[in-house]
Amino acid sequence: MTWLEDRELTAPEPNEESCQYWESTREQQLLIGFCKDTGKKFFYPRAVSPFTLSSNVEWIKANGRGTIYTYSVMQRVPVPFALAYVELDEGPMMLTNIVECESDDIRIGMAVRVVFKPSVNGPLIPMFKPA
Amino acid sequence: MSAHSQGYIIGAFEHPTRKAPDKSNAQLHAECAAGAIADAGLTKDDINGYFCSGDAPGNIVSMADYMNLSLRHIDSTDSGGCSPLIQVSHAAQAVAAGKCDIALVVLSGRPRSEGVATGTTPRLTGSRHPDGQYELPMTLTTANGYAMVAMRHMHEYGTTSEQLAWIKVAASHHAQHNPNAMLQNVVTVDDVLQSPIIASPLHRLDCCVISDGGGAVIVTRKEIATTVKRPLVAIKGAGESVKHQSAGYFDITTSAGAIAGKSAFTEASIAPADIKYASIYDSFTITVLVQIEDLGFCEKGKGGSFVADGNLISGSGKLPFNTDGGGLCSNHPSNRGGMTKIIEAVRQLRGEAHPAVQVANCDLVLAHGTGFQLGARHGGATLIMERE
Repeated sequence: MTWLEDRELTAPEPNEESCQYWESTREQQLLIGFCKDTGKKFFYPRAVSPFTLSSNVEWIKANGRGTIYTYSVMQRVPVPFALAYVELDEGPMMLTNIVECESDDIRIGMAVRVVFKPSVNGPLIPMFKPA
Repeated sequence: MSAHSQGYIIGAFEHPTRKAPDKSNAQLHAECAAGAIADAGLTKDDINGYFCSGDAPGNIVSMADYMNLSLRHIDSTDSGGCSPLIQVSHAAQAVAAGKCDIALVVLSGRPRSEGVATGTTPRLTGSRHPDGQYELPMTLTTANGYAMVAMRHMHEYGTTSEQLAWIKVAASHHAQHNPNAMLQNVVTVDDVLQSPIIASPLHRLDCCVISDGGGAVIVTRKEIATTVKRPLVAIKGAGESVKHQSAGYFDITTSAGAIAGKSAFTEASIAPADIKYASIYDSFTITVLVQIEDLGFCEKGKGGSFVADGNLISGSGKLPFNTDGGGLCSNHPSNRGGMTKIIEAVRQLRGEAHPAVQVANCDLVLAHGTGFQLGARHGGATLIMERE
């Protein structure tokens, strides 16, 4: 059993397109993309629809809940951590970490909810813990 | 007749080194080129098409300068480790179209000597990659990305660590006959399972080696191929594709091989059951399993039972694979396994594999690879080759 400790997270480098996403995590809010032409939601968010390439998109708030699609606990590092894809309630999957639990307790299909973790000199990072 | 079926591999060379602390990558690259040119019985000045990828030091122009090549066709396609497979396909099309006559395809690198923490450090960094900023804080490395594929495959299809271990066991049976292989000891399923977990569910022995080295091949048209004194290795079919996250809706257990393989088999007008030997990219054991399924050697989800009990071992198994020991035991130069996959397939067609692993009457082979990150976004490419 390994309790997944908080670890130093490398800060992302927001760019012109993504700054809204990272500003939003400061408010502990997870944003996803919404294509207004097709009504489909997507991740990661971008300024161009991945369904039509039109710019008729907006950023919408995710409810922060989902289930684990797959995961892997990285052992060969100073602080073990659990990488995962979480299938959001809204539909798309996002790459994230599972935190605040025992590594052996993680299961595919487990319900999780978003929690925001600080990065080193950067924005808050959306990760997930058991719901 | 397709463009591919007019392409022939007339030279192939794998650098014997696995550790080259005293050589530059440019030097390794040129040594690989020279080896393949010599194998074809040609000279440098016969080359007028040149293909290399992101592993080339500098870029294609820098390396053309370094080797002092006179060129009228170049291609620096970069889809990670499968790039050489794509480039051989592109070279076959280029020689068929008359864009060049004799094409040189080279891969080299020295991650071992450079101490690259391959597999355990993030691959995408910075904001230049649109996806990198979302992944960097999560620490998507190579090992844990591929491991997530394995974890989901186990969940959906009941695949076991024992079944994955058989892939390493088969590779080790082949590597014992390769004096250049990094790992020449035969291992057992238990050895794999007893090795430490790197990224669950993958163990240390589920991972490939980290090695310096490289290789090169020469591609030309039939009328030139018949003038050199080498066995005729014809490219019968090729396919390539990219698999990605599809805006957040994807099946992580299916690879680009599903499309690339189908294209290649359709073009060659053959079926997977016709293949006598397969080079399958083996960055990790799970890479092999997924590709074997996607290429159609078995039903999706049945890869675990297909690879078990030595079915990939030459001489006893139904699908002899990676008879040089593959990336799992022999060589993974520049952390890119595509070139060595082609070279061992050529050896098998020529009858030049080690006698202990040479497949009898080996006249039809496949080489397939992935590139970059199997669990997030990757290229995939297939080549089908025939001895004429």
